[in-house]
Amino acid sequence: MPGKLKVKICAGRHLPVMDRASDLTDAFVEVKFSNTTFKTEVYPKSLNPQWNSEWFKFEVDDEDLQDEPLQITVLDHDTYSANDAIGKVYIDIDPLLCSEAATVICGWFPIYDTIHGIRGEINVSVKVDLFNDLNRFRQSSCGVKFFCSTSIPKCYKAVVVHGFVEELVVNEDPEYQWIDRIRTPRASNEARQRLISLMSGELQRKIGLKVLEMGGNAVVGYLQCFDLEGESGLVVRAIGTACTLDKISNTSAAQLPACNSPSKEIKESPPVHPTSHGCRSTHNSPIHTASGSRLTQSFSVSVPTLIYTGMGSGGSAGKDGGHLKTLLRQQTQSALEQREFPFFTLTSFPLGFLIHAGGVVSARSVKLLDRIHNPDEPETRDAWWEEIRQEIKSHAKALGCHAVVGYSESTSICEEVCILSASGTAAVLNPKFLQDGCLDCYSENRLEDTSPPSCGFCHIPYDELNMPFPAHLTYCCNCRRQKVPDVLFTTIDLPVEAAVTGRGCLIQARLCRLKKKAQGEANATAISNLLPFMEYELHTQLMNKLKLRGMNALFGLRIQISVGENMLVGLASATGVYLTALPAPGGIQIAGKTPSDIAYEQHISNIQKKINDTVSRNKELYEIHPLEISEEVIGSPIPEPRQRSRLLRSHSESSDEVSELDLSHGKKDAFVLEIDDADAVEDILSLLTDAPLPTGFYSCNTENMPGIHNWTSSIQMFTTVRVFRLNNVNLTNQGLNKSFNDLCENLLKSLYFKLRSMIPCCLCHLNFTVAVPEDELIQVAATAVAMTFDKDQAQEILKSNTAPMKAISENEEQLQFPMELSSDSPSVQTFPPSKGFLENASPQTIQGTSRATSVDYSSFADRCNSWIELIKLKAQTIRRGSIKTTPSLDKASPLAEGHLRLRSTPSCTDSTVTVVKMTPLSFIPGAKIIKYLGIINMFFIRETTSLREEGGVSGFLHTFIAEVFAMVRAHVAALGGNAVISYIMKECVFMENSNKNQAQCLINVSGDAVILIRESEQEGVPIQTHGSTSQTPQSGGAPVS
Amino acid sequence: MDSNEVKMSVELDVFVGNTTIMDEEVYQLWLDGYTVSDAVSIRMKSGILEQFGTTEDVLESDTMDHYRTFQMTERLLHHPSKLVNQVLFQIPPHRQAMLIERYYAFDEAFVREVLGKKLSKGTKKDLDDVSAKTGITLKSCRRQFDNFKRVFKVVEEMKGPLVENVQCNFLLSDKLARDYAAIVFFANSRFETGKKKLQYLTFEDFAFCACQLIQNWTVGAVDNMVEDMDVDLDKEFLQDLKDLKILITDKDMLDQHKSLVCTGLRGKIQVFNEMEGNFKNLSRGLINIAAKLTNTKDVRDFFIDLVEKVIEPCKADRWLISDVRAFLTQYTNSARALDGFKYVQSS
Repeated sequence: MPGKLKVKICAGRHLPVMDRASDLTDAFVEVKFSNTTFKTEVYPKSLNPQWNSEWFKFEVDDEDLQDEPLQITVLDHDTYSANDAIGKVYIDIDPLLCSEAATVICGWFPIYDTIHGIRGEINVSVKVDLFNDLNRFRQSSCGVKFFCSTSIPKCYKAVVVHGFVEELVVNEDPEYQWIDRIRTPRASNEARQRLISLMSGELQRKIGLKVLEMGGNAVVGYLQCFDLEGESGLVVRAIGTACTLDKISNTSAAQLPACNSPSKEIKESPPVHPTSHGCRSTHNSPIHTASGSRLTQSFSVSVPTLIYTGMGSGGSAGKDGGHLKTLLRQQTQSALEQREFPFFTLTSFPLGFLIHAGGVVSARSVKLLDRIHNPDEPETRDAWWEEIRQEIKSHAKALGCHAVVGYSESTSICEEVCILSASGTAAVLNPKFLQDGCLDCYSENRLEDTSPPSCGFCHIPYDELNMPFPAHLTYCCNCRRQKVPDVLFTTIDLPVEAAVTGRGCLIQARLCRLKKKAQGEANATAISNLLPFMEYELHTQLMNKLKLRGMNALFGLRIQISVGENMLVGLASATGVYLTALPAPGGIQIAGKTPSDIAYEQHISNIQKKINDTVSRNKELYEIHPLEISEEVIGSPIPEPRQRSRLLRSHSESSDEVSELDLSHGKKDAFVLEIDDADAVEDILSLLTDAPLPTGFYSCNTENMPGIHNWTSSIQMFTTVRVFRLNNVNLTNQGLNKSFNDLCENLLKSLYFKLRSMIPCCLCHLNFTVAVPEDELIQVAATAVAMTFDKDQAQEILKSNTAPMKAISENEEQLQFPMELSSDSPSVQTFPPSKGFLENASPQTIQGTSRATSVDYSSFADRCNSWIELIKLKAQTIRRGSIKTTPSLDKASPLAEGHLRLRSTPSCTDSTVTVVKMTPLSFIPGAKIIKYLGIINMFFIRETTSLREEGGVSGFLHTFIAEVFAMVRAHVAALGGNAVISYIMKECVFMENSNKNQAQCLINVSGDAVILIRESEQEGVPIQTHGSTSQTPQSGGAPVS
Repeated sequence: MDSNEVKMSVELDVFVGNTTIMDEEVYQLWLDGYTVSDAVSIRMKSGILEQFGTTEDVLESDTMDHYRTFQMTERLLHHPSKLVNQVLFQIPPHRQAMLIERYYAFDEAFVREVLGKKLSKGTKKDLDDVSAKTGITLKSCRRQFDNFKRVFKVVEEMKGPLVENVQCNFLLSDKLARDYAAIVFFANSRFETGKKKLQYLTFEDFAFCACQLIQNWTVGAVDNMVEDMDVDLDKEFLQDLKDLKILITDKDMLDQHKSLVCTGLRGKIQVFNEMEGNFKNLSRGLINIAAKLTNTKDVRDFFIDLVEKVIEPCKADRWLISDVRAFLTQYTNSARALDGFKYVQSS
């Protein structure tokens, strides 16, 4: 009997009135763990009962301790009828099972009811006494630490990174059991919440066992997901990276090369050496024949998968990739060979861990769901994932990589069809991290590789002479020794050591495709036929948008494809960046096919001009000013006849101006878009209609924002959800695409407006998730954090960056004005430079910049085609908007704590509620994590039968999300923490039936509870204590008496 | 392209921050009782769209979010101590104080309509008239009325100093707590303040009087230690006031009083002759008001009586405020010096 769980119920507060007659409540509490239940006394007639119970003791196996949640039910005693439940609290006691996490859980927990929401709070204390159990065959894995964070936690050191752990458990969904027809919605919801809590516990325990088997003591990058398969059951699955972590003593903590430390030293950008030949556009699509078309009970289609290897893709899609039977580079890393799946869920790594990143590998497969017959044997689901992982592994091998990093898995389910997806970044890792006992000197390990750390990961892992696909390679612009691809796509975070030019930005590709409604196999086939096209188009969009921003690499790439009854929705998000090591990207060239028509040519050249303008504007915006170097330094090592000829053709077709324009992009080979193609028109439109970021805003979907490091401590985490209804019977792909695009753009616009008081700020970890909950509904949800940064320091860094550059034009100097606003006389300085800035951005004066070529743009002015005019108009209004935004720059953020003080704040009550910060990132700027308290993994269901009364769907969901935040904060505070990091909302399933006035929502969130301390102790929102000031006016004598 | 336009409607749109975002401007619009669409158009007129380069949709969505948040907080604002200890919204303390202070703030025009009235359902029903008269939205009137009533209900029966009670239960600033104490005090004694003759008085004026009355005429004022009740006038004290009648009924006393006052004020006030000539009337007016205060009905008319019997005669004779002050001081002190009075005053 290896454990004793002790629980004490202290008090309640803010309870709801359960007895109308007295306006009071006779509350008591049931404490249940496993099969044992204790009860407190009834505390009569109070909304703030004081139970002060004894310590209830449960003697239990540690297996149960891991699986079972502690269940606390608050009830209203009723002498004559059944006791009414007020609500419940589920407490995951797992953090108490690990000696390094929390030691006691004690605090006010919101009492939650799935129908009424939060109904008061209850004060509970929980302790666990564990007895050491040395049984080798034990079923429990107490003591294994879990972290949601996808980097090595801050106060630990990775001794060994063991590798991939995965597990899944299945069960019947209580919502679909026969008993559900006779029980209340509340009972059904609670059964579901409890079951998922149990399954999560079991899953975590099983993963823990695997970790112990591997010799590890922790799971990092733990990601647990639910698949609500409806009739066919409920799957809870998890993946993670097993590690052996060592706690760093506080003294040495400072020296640790923190993976994501926001205040890291800025790397001097080494000189940039762009190559004479830039992009080459090919598209590689290794068609894997549908391997699993077994049309048996479990129908499955394996979808041909793209490998993004940093290759351009575009008009000249080449199928020359063929089967990937390439030579693998010698793989001596026996450590990895042994592993079934050399996968890592980490997205950032200890220095020296990642040697090369090859590119994104992904695999998708469409499955038909079938009822899970035996919950104890989840083999079918296991086999499905096994298949996908094998595919990923083989893709990685094809890229000459022995490992996959930044690995993740996801599903999208619609009725009986399920798309399983997995993706990651093929990589070559330093084997020394993967074996025991040789990590003490990892700083030396790094040096063994001759490539400088700032570019090493960009170097190709595959053999240049036996490339798995045609790629355009150049010598690394940084070290000039190794080959690099022209473009690099990855799912990981930007390595801290990477040299970057300018700032990064969020890049999204959005796509909808209609699909005929179908059933069963026909449906699955239709979906799997559509998938490759969607991937291809998303990829093209990403590539176009990347080039439009003058960047050459994507980090944190996430491609989500959601399936609905009549459509597929794809959303790819990534953070674009200009890697100094990679060659400068070429521009985008528009090519027409019918050169005869003059008007048509003008049309083309207008588009071209627009695009070129945007590119140069973006370069200014993101401060991408790489050094131009003379051509003879590096030549293109690989001739590309096909590409050349294409370019030549486009030259001959277009006017002289265009060819001169080409010069403005550094004589790079352009990325050719053929305008004849209807899709291309659409692409270009979507490129140009992406609204630019408002002044003072930046965004990214990764942990760190390339180019911004000087965060202030002001952060604002938020969740936003939108559901759109498409009201059109005759949906077309184009119309649908445009709507979806508008939807995402509007959502972003709303965020910028809402968070305007935080300028200058960056929206970090901005990941959208899309779902198609019903026929014509699209749901987009995002959880991100807005962080302000110090613009003064930004300026310094900017200066230190630009200083070594050869040519700083007047205009560039002026460009920096927004950073200088806070100096001497802001009011005087603000306007004139901002004018300069605008002129700089406007096409009329662009020839003023030293780098721009001598093109006379004004000659184009009156030749605009109508829709171009429209775009231009739009661009101008947007630009006009930015004029007025500028003054707002020097407004201090009113959100910042402690700035505003009310002159007289009464002192009567001090809040008993701990402030808990939340962030999807693994750090909080200005604060140091001193302790990890365990993971938070919570699943809630909320249902209503009075939707209108609760403020409609928005009111209902608004309350629910606020409640989820509140419950997360309360649990963290009870663990003794003051922040949640790596917070994500993994699931938000919303269903409504307005006619019946009903709605239901399921939310699953997770994160790491931590204790933070401020790096500089300047905290303190001083509540001015006002003693009861004397209220006796001295004079005035009574009028009569 | 246009034929392919897909119409979209937003079914659901929420934004929830870990720290609750509350725009003070929108909060004021909400407090002022504007609907979402009114609020959106008011915000648009402020030029916010151009300033931030955004669109009406965005503004509407933002306004809706705020309104929802405020509606959810309203329940808590009814019991400000709950707001401080609630867990649903994470709001920094200074923002909480702002929310409470603004929620309990009231319009001068409104309070003058309601001051001294019974805070009953009947009064609430008449709020649409008040709304029409003052131009304050009915919604805002209701909020302000409910605030008055809520504060009244809570502190009505409470022991201890009224202002402190208000402050501790509603976490208001000193100034606002004092105003509420005045409102509660007036509502409790139902002082008439709405008559035409009283229209020239501001809420500030009444609040000052309330403060004085609370200081000097309530049970709490008389005996600090025991029954510390600030809300009700001290019955015993009012009863004792009846004894003052002797000042006007006893001819000797009246003359003696008059001569003492005249001696004291000679050469000190501009309106000495008028005072001397009118002394009897003034004294009678004052004493009669005082003596009648045992009747609740007369308490209600306290201010109107004061205006009619004392202030208006003085005004007619063009007394200066300093003259009035000097006269009343002298009047009080002289009465104390009278033989028959020396014991009365010690009670």
